[in-house]
Amino acid sequence: MSSVIRAAGLGKRYRRRWALTDCSLDIPAGHVTALVGPNGAGKTTLLQLAVGLLGPSAGSIEVLGERPAIDRAQLGRVGFVAQETPTYSGLSVADHLEFGARLNPSWDRAFAEDRIARLELDPKQKAGRLSGGQRAQLALTLAIAKRPELLILDEPVASLDPLARREFLKGLMEVVAEHGVSVVLSSHLVSDLERVCDHLVVLVDSRVQLDGEIEPLLASHRRLTGPRRDARRFPANQQVIESSHTDRQSALLVRTDEPILDPAWTVEPVSLEDMVLGYMGRGEHTNAGGPRAVEVA
Amino acid sequence: MTWVSWRQFRTQATTATIGLAALAVLITITGVHLAHVYNATVRPCRTSVGGCGTATMQFLQTYKFLQVALPFLLLVTPALIGIFWGAPLVARELEAGTHRLAWSQSVTRSNWLLVKLAVVGLGSAAVTGLAVLLVAWWTSPIARLSGNRFMPNDFGENGFVPVAYAVFAFALGVVCGLLIRRTLPAMAATLVGFIGVRIATTFWVRPHLMTPLHKTVAILAANGWGFGPDPSGHGIRFFAQAPDIANAWVYSASVVDQAGHSITSQFIQQACPAIAAPVTSNLPGQHVARSASPSAFRDCVARIASVYHLNTVYQPAGRFWIFQTLESAVFLGFALALCGVAVWWVRKAS
Repeated sequence: MSSVIRAAGLGKRYRRRWALTDCSLDIPAGHVTALVGPNGAGKTTLLQLAVGLLGPSAGSIEVLGERPAIDRAQLGRVGFVAQETPTYSGLSVADHLEFGARLNPSWDRAFAEDRIARLELDPKQKAGRLSGGQRAQLALTLAIAKRPELLILDEPVASLDPLARREFLKGLMEVVAEHGVSVVLSSHLVSDLERVCDHLVVLVDSRVQLDGEIEPLLASHRRLTGPRRDARRFPANQQVIESSHTDRQSALLVRTDEPILDPAWTVEPVSLEDMVLGYMGRGEHTNAGGPRAVEVA
Repeated sequence: MTWVSWRQFRTQATTATIGLAALAVLITITGVHLAHVYNATVRPCRTSVGGCGTATMQFLQTYKFLQVALPFLLLVTPALIGIFWGAPLVARELEAGTHRLAWSQSVTRSNWLLVKLAVVGLGSAAVTGLAVLLVAWWTSPIARLSGNRFMPNDFGENGFVPVAYAVFAFALGVVCGLLIRRTLPAMAATLVGFIGVRIATTFWVRPHLMTPLHKTVAILAANGWGFGPDPSGHGIRFFAQAPDIANAWVYSASVVDQAGHSITSQFIQQACPAIAAPVTSNLPGQHVARSASPSAFRDCVARIASVYHLNTVYQPAGRFWIFQTLESAVFLGFALALCGVAVWWVRKAS
């Protein structure tokens, strides 16, 4: 299967701070991929590298097999909804559709107008007077109506209330179902993505900690609780992702493809949130002394 | 992209059109009256015996405020364009984050910027050009009276240089906005930068655009002469007033010999012992020299005139349009270079 984003040793430095280091990943086409990580992990940097708003300081990135934003054709194949879903506050909804139509040869006018009508947005309304949810929907409409092969969304629902969040993700899923577009979207909240994504990339402290399809990942992770024990004394086929100990008990998140045979452990399956939080916690431990990356818009 | 640039520029273009329309109304109403006053006062006096002194004074009292304000408007228009059209062009997008929307459409960034530069740049040139034409028509009766258009302000308020200034100010604003990324500081930087470049060009570039002409006249043909204390404090200096060169831009008028050496105070002391005694008066000009008999003064001047002559360095009035063209080329060159910087800057994904 072909990849939508392929990065090798990718890094981005702002003056002396690395916002992303040695990032290698391969996101396959035909998936809805969640890019998850705490604030400041480098998600925005990675996505902006993918749409060519930033250029890499190290390594390389290819999007749909080409360098990002290399020419009009490449730009036309990628739809992007930036963080905080920027729109021109002085232009009306209809102006935005015209903007999209003039700037994208592959613009689907009927789709855009139909979607705006279904969202019950007034075409004459100025974008500056829309609610956050409506503005996000307008930005999403612009990104979809250019008929991209890949849709990249940077924290599209972060500033939305729960209802608008659900509406937005529902709209996104309809489009994916209808047009079969690949999607990469970032969030620092796992709960947003649980229902919509089938592929996962966890980015912590500017490094990729976990990368793969969600179902097999969940199947290979276990939560173990039992009497206190040193994490170093585990079979080699069990990788301890996270551990917490009280005086008597140890609770572990392990990754293994083998069954857990030790009867001392209570074995439970993990939720997506548990698994991701386990990796986020690990990132903090392993890189505690290193320089903290900053979120750069 | 042209539609997009135009749509984003529409509000500013409307404001400018309203401003120009208001200016046109004001200029038509007052201009007709001004021309009428000119025809009633100055024109008939030209053929009369008494000369035009009183009539000219009377005429120049008409719309005294506008006579200052309208040319001033041309002086500030380029700066306003740089501040309000140039600086926000990209800075406002960067500030609001909308560049991320614009730069993810199927248009390369350099194309996006080039079209914006072209649309708003042409708008800047058009608005300034129209304002220049309106004001030039209004001031035409006044221009007939004075005529020297090389004075620093007059030069920048006439001809087509204001258009070149406006295009330059616009490009400067765009680059400031790109580099500073904040609209307000970019506006301030544009203003400071524009004023700086205008002053520097006026005083250090414009005089060197063309090699000046030299006009040599005999001392006795000068408009007047006299003696005064040398600025160094030692000895005495000889002055001669340059002859009138119609509406020329006179750089200097100096008393030199055949080899081009300036007159020395030693020569004056030898030639004019009666005059060149230690000077007690500090008054400058023609009455400073120690009192000598008129014949001694005449003899002295004659002796100087036998060795020295008066050399005037100047640009003739006929070069006004050449200077306008050259200075416009300088500013349009700056503007082009700035546009190049801007395109290069948005192209490199930083």
